[in-house]
Amino acid sequence: MLASFATLLVFQCLGEGITFALKLPIPGPVVGMLLLFFTLVAYPPLLDRIEATGSELLRHLSLLFVPAGVGIVAAAGQVRGHWLTIILAVAVSTLLTLAVTAAVTRAVMDWQNRQNRQNQHGDSGKKDGEGDHA
Amino acid sequence: MRELPQFGLIWVYLAASPLLGLTLTLCAYVVAYWIYSRCKFSPLANPVAIAIALVSTVLLLSGMPYSEYFAGAQFVHFLLGPATVALAIPLARQLPRLRKSFLPLACGLLAGSTTAIVSAVVLTILLGGSPQLAFSIGPKSATTPIAMGVAEKLGGLPALTAVLVISTGIFGAVAARFLFNRMRIDSPEVRGFALGVTSHGIGTARAFQVNQEMGAFAGLGMGLNGVLTAFLAPWLIPVFVGLLAR
Repeated sequence: MLASFATLLVFQCLGEGITFALKLPIPGPVVGMLLLFFTLVAYPPLLDRIEATGSELLRHLSLLFVPAGVGIVAAAGQVRGHWLTIILAVAVSTLLTLAVTAAVTRAVMDWQNRQNRQNQHGDSGKKDGEGDHA
Repeated sequence: MRELPQFGLIWVYLAASPLLGLTLTLCAYVVAYWIYSRCKFSPLANPVAIAIALVSTVLLLSGMPYSEYFAGAQFVHFLLGPATVALAIPLARQLPRLRKSFLPLACGLLAGSTTAIVSAVVLTILLGGSPQLAFSIGPKSATTPIAMGVAEKLGGLPALTAVLVISTGIFGAVAARFLFNRMRIDSPEVRGFALGVTSHGIGTARAFQVNQEMGAFAGLGMGLNGVLTAFLAPWLIPVFVGLLAR
């Protein structure tokens, strides 16, 4: 468990170091995640060793956002009179993003599946009658 | 009445050490999670939102400044780093499925990331918000540290961005199930990915509570959109602010 946690921290350090040295606009932990991902792909036995600790940490991911979220207490003064704008913009934009991402991903997936089916048999047997409406 | 000053003294003593902020955060989360489980894990009882509301109430009632609270809560906040790195684990597990869905995910990511940035900026300006507010709200679908970095570079308010990012996360995690059901999207891959792209870590946390597969795709969406937003937002936001704000 400790060794797994140390592994995560080592990759975070690598990520932070690389973003600092190359002046990347991406945060260190995201670079660390990409590095660990490629390492796991290259050396799968590591996956079994660190999976338990990683899953435990991710199970409580929600908790980790509480301290930053409480910052609303400190930020409240900065936007007096703009609350309605902010609430509407965040809500509508979030719904749009969810809908567009899901609709586009599914549309391309369906298209890919149709291509695959046509390649496998000359004619596609089943038809999926799903329309894409965002 | 005799007890009150005593209690006040103890509070002042405890508040000076990081212990109180940390204890407060964990207790609030335990209570929030208990409420979440009593509500049969309904997305409406989002544990992040409940815990934030509980802690904020305590801070407002006790007059404890945020900086003092954060001195303790930073130990929890710190774990966001290793947790982000740990997202590589479910990703590596899902590698074969990920390979198969590469093209759909890439298209969905590009469309979603652009929609998130442009719609937030356009709505803010059209609803009468200032350019500074638009700079702060534009990167809201990226994970907190990326969004704050982008807002800071553009001249927004990073502290406000952190709150907007978390609001986006909570709102997306609450609304996703209803929206996807209405759109008749059942695939856990698509649901998870869209939730991760839109609602970053909070959406991913929610997805993991539904199932591992949805969580893995949400983690992927979050990671990719974080990186893409870091590249897109710094030039996309000023273009639209310049167009709309005369």
